[in-house]
Amino acid sequence: MNVIFVLIGASLAVALGFLAAFLWAVRSGQFEDGYTPSVRMLFENRKKRNQTNTIEQTNQNSGDMDDAG
Amino acid sequence: MPETTFGTQRSTSSGQAPACFHCGQPCSEQDILLEGRHFCCMGCKTVYELLSSREMCAYYDLSQGAPGISPSHGESAIKYGYLDDPGVIEKIVDFHDGSILRATFSIPTMHCASCIYLLENLHELRQGIRSARVNFLHKELTVTWDQQQLPLRELVALLASIGYEPHLSLEAIREGGEKKTQRSLIMRVGVAGFAFGNIMLLSFPEYLASGAEVDGLLQLLFRYLNFALALPVLLYSAQPYWSSAFKGLRARTVNLDVPITIGIAALFLRSAYEVIAGVGPGYFDSLAGLLFLLLIGRIFQEKTYAAFSFERDYSSYFPLAATLLEASGLEKSVPVSSLKPGARIVVRNQELIPADAVLINGDGRIDYGFVTGESEPVLRRSGDLIHAGGRQVGSAIELEVMEEVSRSHLVRLWNQDAFTRDRESRYTILANRISRYFTAAVLLIATAAFLLHLPSGMGKAVWVLTAVLIVACPCALALATPFTLGTAMRLLGRFGFYLKKAEVVENLAAIRAIAFDKTGTLTVAGSGHAQWEGEGLGELERALIRSIVRHSTHPLSLKIFASLEGGTAFTVDRVEEVSGYGLLGEVAGHVVRVGSAAWVGADEEHPVAFHPADGSLSVAWVAVDGHVLGRYRVANLIRPGLDKVIEDLSHEYELTLISGDTDRDKPILAPLFGEQNLHFRQGPHEKLQFIEEREQRGEHLLMIGDGLNDAGALRAASVGVAVTEDVTSFSPACDGLLAAESLKRLRNILHFSRHSVAVIKVSFAISFAYNLVGLSFAVAGKLSPLISAVLMPVSSITVVAVATGLTTLAARKSLGGRQEIEG
Repeated sequence: MNVIFVLIGASLAVALGFLAAFLWAVRSGQFEDGYTPSVRMLFENRKKRNQTNTIEQTNQNSGDMDDAG
Repeated sequence: MPETTFGTQRSTSSGQAPACFHCGQPCSEQDILLEGRHFCCMGCKTVYELLSSREMCAYYDLSQGAPGISPSHGESAIKYGYLDDPGVIEKIVDFHDGSILRATFSIPTMHCASCIYLLENLHELRQGIRSARVNFLHKELTVTWDQQQLPLRELVALLASIGYEPHLSLEAIREGGEKKTQRSLIMRVGVAGFAFGNIMLLSFPEYLASGAEVDGLLQLLFRYLNFALALPVLLYSAQPYWSSAFKGLRARTVNLDVPITIGIAALFLRSAYEVIAGVGPGYFDSLAGLLFLLLIGRIFQEKTYAAFSFERDYSSYFPLAATLLEASGLEKSVPVSSLKPGARIVVRNQELIPADAVLINGDGRIDYGFVTGESEPVLRRSGDLIHAGGRQVGSAIELEVMEEVSRSHLVRLWNQDAFTRDRESRYTILANRISRYFTAAVLLIATAAFLLHLPSGMGKAVWVLTAVLIVACPCALALATPFTLGTAMRLLGRFGFYLKKAEVVENLAAIRAIAFDKTGTLTVAGSGHAQWEGEGLGELERALIRSIVRHSTHPLSLKIFASLEGGTAFTVDRVEEVSGYGLLGEVAGHVVRVGSAAWVGADEEHPVAFHPADGSLSVAWVAVDGHVLGRYRVANLIRPGLDKVIEDLSHEYELTLISGDTDRDKPILAPLFGEQNLHFRQGPHEKLQFIEEREQRGEHLLMIGDGLNDAGALRAASVGVAVTEDVTSFSPACDGLLAAESLKRLRNILHFSRHSVAVIKVSFAISFAYNLVGLSFAVAGKLSPLISAVLMPVSSITVVAVATGLTTLAARKSLGGRQEIEG
């Protein structure tokens, strides 16, 4: 039963980790704008005007999911 | 390149002009056809061509209706030359790394998904732009670009050319302070929520033990862990309350945060005592929960304020740039702050005089409307001193600067206390006063309750003390007014009525009489057709006039052109447009002048009567070869639907019309207002006097004008509203801006304000009732601090919910259904 001390300690540590992640996210501006991303995600990806092969295009597409700029 | 065809608008059988594909406005003055689509002006057509050549026509697909903004609105040919100045660039740019710059622009005209699309795809429009990101709620655009490929000046010009002109200001565009507060508030909520959840988790044994003792060591562990978790809540999350309470105490006022702080302290101290003395588990869960809910309430409150703010203050009127006339005769655009005494500057028509200066060359006709409320231009001759702040009306003048431009001087000019009418909300004042007595009363009651229960034991006494302190929540009082008014302000904004401050809603509710201006308010300036008055025009004359007039984009010229539809036009040998005066042209061997009476050579004795009170927009005289033929007049039409509105209003309010115009529209207006309530030929000073008189008699007047020549009157009235076609312009004198097409909703707006005030009263009542009930239970010893800690945020939330909900309901009833409220 004394293992509960370890368990509590561990869970608190994990929880603290999440708290730290949350604070970091706030400071890096994640919660600044709650509205524009909802509009932005509905835009179609434009075809690149220069010639790229399909693989690059797919990478481009999934890359577009990340935060740019 | 597909052919562009111009045409004068022929009305279709239904009488409606086709809508511009880009901006949606009816193509009533010009109709440009391209690829089968109609455009109302060259500006719209140009943007469309740009987008279509870059395959960005998704812009038009993303919105219902036409999303474009016509770039010809606002001043054309704005000189951005001063943006080459490194000092200015420094102030505007956020960040730079080598030649890569990043800046954030405030773009108030963005309004929809299409705008976001276009702005974020800016890199497609021009090489050199790396990325662009929109923050829609703040109406900001952050652009990263390469300065070598694209100087700042060109970037700004590009944005202006597609209709999204950035609003530049040398102040910090968005105070970093506000962002920080918002962020820190979110972080505090995070910490409080984290603590709340974990404390509750760790308190499970206590909750479920139901009397039986929890295992000794574990109990100690859990209790001390809770203690530890509650510490950051007390010290970090509760900080806004501590600082506010101390600030208030230092200023010797007891504000609404003081009882809350006392309650928090009492809760914490009691819990600390219980844990250390081993007497009980304490109330850390309530403490953390309390702060969690309180802070959430605060965020919500601040979001409501931020959701709509009358951002534009008078700093948008500070001229940023001036045209410097160098010794060589070259004109250069420089930042206003760099003007030294002795510098020569050129000030053009409609430009602001940036500094006290002596007039060197030209006819000074200075409009000091914003400063004094008088829009009658003051005439100045060479050698006269001209004060900063006025606007030159007429041809360009050359000035020599006397004093350096200091922002504080201009701020003082506009900062006359009439402009900053900081009339605090009556209810906020009331709430603050109540709170002072309230806190004293609560402390008294708490002490009394403590003493009352002392015979039953110290523990019980402290228990009751904390319960009383916490349950007595004046926070509902503090929240009722800002939430109701804030919600009201936001909802009104959606209906095209933009208020400077939430308190204006209260003043609107107290209105009993309304005064209207005529030109530009009740009438749409220059909306009618151009009517000819004078000698009959033969074919030749018509052709001559048509040829000259089509080279001008002045609204009057377009109307004249439209009225002369069909027929030939000659090519002109020469044409010149002098703004403020008229057109001069040579065509087919004749000299033609079109413009003001003085320009054309007409004098007062000319048979067609000359009305000096006519705004210069509505009249254009014509002379051919020195012989005055007559003139065109554009009648001002009363806005459609307005007669019904005025009739409805006249049942409930006393209506008056004060107009600077002649009484030519009397027949139309008399049945609506009653003849005794019409006042014509009122200059700005007379308007001001009229309002002041009525206000001094105790009447609460709403003055509705166009904000230009009635600035003084607008200031003097209880509520001054400027009606405008373009809501991005701003008049410092008014309390609110009413979009022209929302004028017909005036009655609903006034009703809604009354309802909002009623909602405030209801919220006060709820809060009062809650306190009464809660306190009775607490004093009787029947309320545990835990329950009272829960009740407190619950009461706040109830008041907020009721206030916001009732206000929204009132809006729906008075102002319109859900579909009319745009997102």
